[in-house]
Amino acid sequence: MSYDAAFRVWRGDASGGDLQDFRVEVNEGEVVLDVIHRLQATQAGDLAVRWNCKAGKCGSCSAEINGRPRLMCMTRMSTFGEDETVTVTPMRTFPVIRDLVTDVSFNYEKAAQIPAFTPRPRDEDGNHRMQQIDVERSQEFRKCIECFLCQDTCHVIRDHEENKAVFAGPRFLIRLAELDMHPLDVVDRKHAAQDEFGLGYCNITKCCSEVCPENIHLTDNGIIPLKERVVDRKFDPLTWLGDKIGRRPKD
Amino acid sequence: MELEKHSYDVVVVGAGGAGLRAAIEAHESGARTAVVCKSLLGKAHTVMAEGGIAAAMANLYPEDNWRVHFRDTMRGGKMLNHWRMAQLHAQEAPDRVRELEDWGALFDRTPDGLISQRDFGGHRYARLAHVGDRTGLELIRTLQQRTVALGIDVYMECTVTRLLTNDDGITGAFGYWRESGRFIAWQAPSVVLATGGIGKSYKVTSNSWEYTGDGHSLALQAGATLVNMEFVQFHPTGMVWPPSVRGILVTESVRGDGGILKNSAGNRFMFDYIPDFFRKETAETEAEADRWYDDKKNNRRPPELLPRDEVARAINSEVKAGRGTPHGGVFLDIASRRSADYIRKRLPSMYHQFKELAEVDITAEAMEVGPTCHYVMGGVEVEPDTEAARVPGLFAAGEVAGGMHGSNRLGGNSLSDLLVFGRRAGAAAAEHAQGRAGRVDLPDEALADAGRAALAPFDREGGENPYTVQHDLQQTMHDLVGIIRTAPEMEQALERIEELKARVANLSVEGHRQYNPGWHLALDLPHMLIVSECIARAALEREESRGGHTRDDFPGPVEEWGRTNLICTPTPDGGVAVRRQPLPQMPPELAEIFEEVS
Amino acid sequence: MTATAPRRTGAVTPGRGSGGPAPRRAAITAGTLRKDRWWLQPLITVVILAAFVAYSSFRAFQNAHYFAEPYISPFYSPCLTTACEGDTFPKLFTGPAWISPALYILVIPLGLRLTCYYYRKTYYRSFWLSPPACAVAEPHRRYTGETRLPLLGQNIHRYALYGALVFNVILTYDAVLAFRNEEGEWGHMGLGTLVLLTNAALLWLYSLSCHSCRHIIGGRLNHFSRHPLRYKAWTRISALNGRHAMFAWLSLFSVALADVYVFLLATGTISDLRFF
Repeated sequence: MSYDAAFRVWRGDASGGDLQDFRVEVNEGEVVLDVIHRLQATQAGDLAVRWNCKAGKCGSCSAEINGRPRLMCMTRMSTFGEDETVTVTPMRTFPVIRDLVTDVSFNYEKAAQIPAFTPRPRDEDGNHRMQQIDVERSQEFRKCIECFLCQDTCHVIRDHEENKAVFAGPRFLIRLAELDMHPLDVVDRKHAAQDEFGLGYCNITKCCSEVCPENIHLTDNGIIPLKERVVDRKFDPLTWLGDKIGRRPKD
Repeated sequence: MELEKHSYDVVVVGAGGAGLRAAIEAHESGARTAVVCKSLLGKAHTVMAEGGIAAAMANLYPEDNWRVHFRDTMRGGKMLNHWRMAQLHAQEAPDRVRELEDWGALFDRTPDGLISQRDFGGHRYARLAHVGDRTGLELIRTLQQRTVALGIDVYMECTVTRLLTNDDGITGAFGYWRESGRFIAWQAPSVVLATGGIGKSYKVTSNSWEYTGDGHSLALQAGATLVNMEFVQFHPTGMVWPPSVRGILVTESVRGDGGILKNSAGNRFMFDYIPDFFRKETAETEAEADRWYDDKKNNRRPPELLPRDEVARAINSEVKAGRGTPHGGVFLDIASRRSADYIRKRLPSMYHQFKELAEVDITAEAMEVGPTCHYVMGGVEVEPDTEAARVPGLFAAGEVAGGMHGSNRLGGNSLSDLLVFGRRAGAAAAEHAQGRAGRVDLPDEALADAGRAALAPFDREGGENPYTVQHDLQQTMHDLVGIIRTAPEMEQALERIEELKARVANLSVEGHRQYNPGWHLALDLPHMLIVSECIARAALEREESRGGHTRDDFPGPVEEWGRTNLICTPTPDGGVAVRRQPLPQMPPELAEIFEEVS
Repeated sequence: MTATAPRRTGAVTPGRGSGGPAPRRAAITAGTLRKDRWWLQPLITVVILAAFVAYSSFRAFQNAHYFAEPYISPFYSPCLTTACEGDTFPKLFTGPAWISPALYILVIPLGLRLTCYYYRKTYYRSFWLSPPACAVAEPHRRYTGETRLPLLGQNIHRYALYGALVFNVILTYDAVLAFRNEEGEWGHMGLGTLVLLTNAALLWLYSLSCHSCRHIIGGRLNHFSRHPLRYKAWTRISALNGRHAMFAWLSLFSVALADVYVFLLATGTISDLRFF
């Protein structure tokens, strides 16, 4: 059941690099990460690759396989023909450190800028009471494993490095949506979403939703509802007026 | 030697649940705190935890309280747990869960709007606070976001290779950036180890590459002691097919939510493996077991939900007796017992995992599962109230610490362990640092020595490839110190470990220091070897079977051993010595609990 | 201090060594390494949308053949001016005869579709190539998205929705009127009735499944449990919203088809298939 596959792997660092060809054994049921590990163990001991759980739960082994942002541990070799060349490159949106490893600190910087979760006080008996239907929407976004594939694929920063300063990326737009929909949170981040985190840069072309390995509906359930909530606050004359004269109760 | 130096009150090594909880507590106690982790923040192995956090919150069963949880934990650990740790754990877990909600965690809810709790093996009542089957992710993300909100310094992708000490105890830690290979040292009077476990020394494991036992090894080298290292938990249900995913965890929730184990003949074999110790609380017929899911008061639990060591041994025996599946496991069937909707709702990531990795639809067919190395109950010997190790200034929390779980850990008790003892370790580390602030420094020659040791693999040429050595170690531990152990096999394992030590001393690595996995592995191997030696030596010494330690040549528990801990200490030649130490005896008011609740 | 701050401290950024090159992306020159036919989807979209625009412009400016008793083309309904063929709707004003009534009308449905979250994705990708497909480089040097005018105006989507809902009522009214025969007697039906009914139904589905609608109905709430009815409505709309793209295309085709049908009747090319 095993065969020799043709692999092209980008090797190099910030000073340059290129695609290098390898022939490597592939066995039944294997994923791309297995093959990369075999390369490491047999042909290229210093091939740099970031990984942890190898089960699609930690989001470490993000890369681009045949040009598409994917988790290496969740891309089965059986999805390729035996005579097909599999090209593996590092995520393009982030600076490369070495080989398949990129510097994803952009994401950690953005995460740190988001105003922290701030809960309402607990009930008198020391519990927080929330209904399941109230937590489900935010729970979807908390499935995020922070693989940053959505950040990688998003053309706003993938194709425009300069936008990194003004745009937080899909991962953090859904973090904002998560907090905005959180039944316990009391901070309003709608203005910040638009003005500081660049919600308006998103043109909802949905590549983030397409690449999400957790199948989170980033656009439909997160970013678009957040845009609508911002419209409520910023672009809707009726709600604007309601807010001004204090007639509109906050939900 | 180029070196980056930092100064803190508390340095936490490891950014899993225990490390982050310790860092949060240390920071809130006023200590200047840093977290050092080998991976990116939020990737620690805690994300793999699926089932939930065990805490007697009594949201579903008002009968539940800390005494029942304490009893379950002690009985699950075959009474070898440190009673004080088990007590603190059971008492404090509910508060630790509630405070996660204040930091943004969103657990599944009961109809009353409280945190929902689920059934798990060995727990008398539904007790595990959970979010679907991704509770670990929720835990780590919540703690991560809290850590960031507090502005705690996190050194990501940074490996600690040595703890620095002087006559008064800890003075700091030395390590390297994985990205650049450049050296870095932290001067600190308190170090909290929260480095997790040792699973990477085994061939079939649910653990990631980070689980090299480096924390155990660092503690040992700094002069601390390890307790009961022979107890390694093999989780009964890991994936067995395809080979590349062998060992990946299949959560116990599958059984908690109605899944059953069957052999190739279609028999629900767990009924044949109920030990006397648990007979009174386990169902005798399939009908009673099935009724239990809806009516826990009048029925006893299904044998599939016995503690993990029992189930793992049973599966092992079935496979050995030739009643296994084609790929050497047994069947775990939930498809024929629950609706597809229910399965997808309760076990979304299991559904996803099997679909993506094995092309198996768990709502339509049975899974193939077998035991996988999952957790080490043994670890750094600590003071229960402060998690202080035998070296002043050194603390350990989470999987790297020993004592809490005795000879076998119950599912769900790990996440609560992280929170309870992570917090205690952080507070104690901060307090210790207060007394020692400004009294520690890092002598240059110690740093230079640590640097030389780290670079040694580059100086050798033509030596062996570290991947081969790692592979041979994993095979040795798998074959000779696995679920079922015998004296001759373990003696053989110790001989092989000696050989491997010699090979590790002659490794060479190619390339340069920048993000070089071969080099990283070469530095991890000595940790893996010393920990493997601890396991093998302690396992050879303990001549009985108990919990996660099963001896073919000593099949039953022995009362005398039930009062004995095994302590690993370092020897001057870099080896390990094992000595016996009496188990601390619990006070009468706790001993009573085992009389009152049957 | 942020979680990553320590990586920036000291004279050297860890990971790159002293004097090494500044942080840079991997040097890969190809705009994309995708091997599949990623260009096919945008191409098909361009062809279909261009065809629709061409056809609807032709028909809107034609100012003729949009009424065949008892059917009116959706492009010309509600026919508001006195210059209208037929009599399906009260005439409101007299506009210049050279302005086709369709031009007054099409603003609203066009506005809805132009600002629709689904169509935005579609035309940004296929016409503006921003991006042409996922992980395929876009050709533009700068990109500001919907942060400034005119694209900031996409935020008025919900007002276009309100307008479109009015139109849905009118087109439904037209479909009801189509249960007459050519003499205006009730209780009759033809193929054209079916065409108009289907069109009205699809337009309802398209507008109700809209993201703005989903938000207004319940999405803006943070505590569903306090609003059980709105929650129920929201779950229904959410289910429809999952198929918003499909409704967007189907309703586009049905509008064009309804117009073609009326056009063919009005020009006498075909005659209506009467059921009863």
